[in-house]
Amino acid sequence: MTAKRTYMRPMTNWWQRLPFYKRYLWREATCFGVIAYALVLLTGLWRLSQGAEAFTAWRAALASPLSLLIHVAILAAFVFHSWTWFEVMPKTMPFIRVGGKRVADDTIVRSGVTAAVVATVVVLVLAAWGLK
Amino acid sequence: MTAPKRSNKPIFWALFGGGGMLSALIGPALVLVTGLLVPLGLGFGPQSMNYEQVHALMTSPLLKLALVVVISLFLFHGFHRLYHTLHDLGVHITPGIKALCHGLAALGTLVAIALVVSIH
Repeated sequence: MTAKRTYMRPMTNWWQRLPFYKRYLWREATCFGVIAYALVLLTGLWRLSQGAEAFTAWRAALASPLSLLIHVAILAAFVFHSWTWFEVMPKTMPFIRVGGKRVADDTIVRSGVTAAVVATVVVLVLAAWGLK
Repeated sequence: MTAPKRSNKPIFWALFGGGGMLSALIGPALVLVTGLLVPLGLGFGPQSMNYEQVHALMTSPLLKLALVVVISLFLFHGFHRLYHTLHDLGVHITPGIKALCHGLAALGTLVAIALVVSIH
């Protein structure tokens, strides 16, 4: 059998072709921040289970310049994830109809972002109260 | 005749979606508090998040459940997105890579459950 000679569009460095693609990859890269933070919490939980000395060392390590730097990067990833998550929500959720009319994309995005702002305030208030 | 094989995809997309939604809503605030404000002492005292305080909080069954849910959903979300992006970057996703990604998230979940259960 002869080898197929179908034309294949080259896909090398496809993300460099459009700013949209680059932004898409940055959005997808936020998964590293989310995984990293889950591991930070898991480590803290593990150290807590080991007792006061282990946990105190973990708590002190959080204040190291390296940890602070990493958390700035993680925070940036989370904020970008949060923004893009609600930005695509009109495409990722089923159509919602109110009074026979589809809810506008803008309304869905705005509702999502508003929910995130409210949730952020709630977490900050709970933390200020619980972690005095 | 055997029943048609059902796809397991909806389960992992649901975990991805759940983790994505939870992290989009409360993730930035959690990172800001535990990773920056508390360690820097901005708005929080030096005794904030010390052993006694966190240990006392983590004896609550509700907070144990909440922490396990956060860790688990964040992991399932992150690893699901990771292998889909690897595919976009030209990495052929074998069943082994998929199993590894979901397996690591499941392992993290089991470890988190074992740890919260061990704290009294």
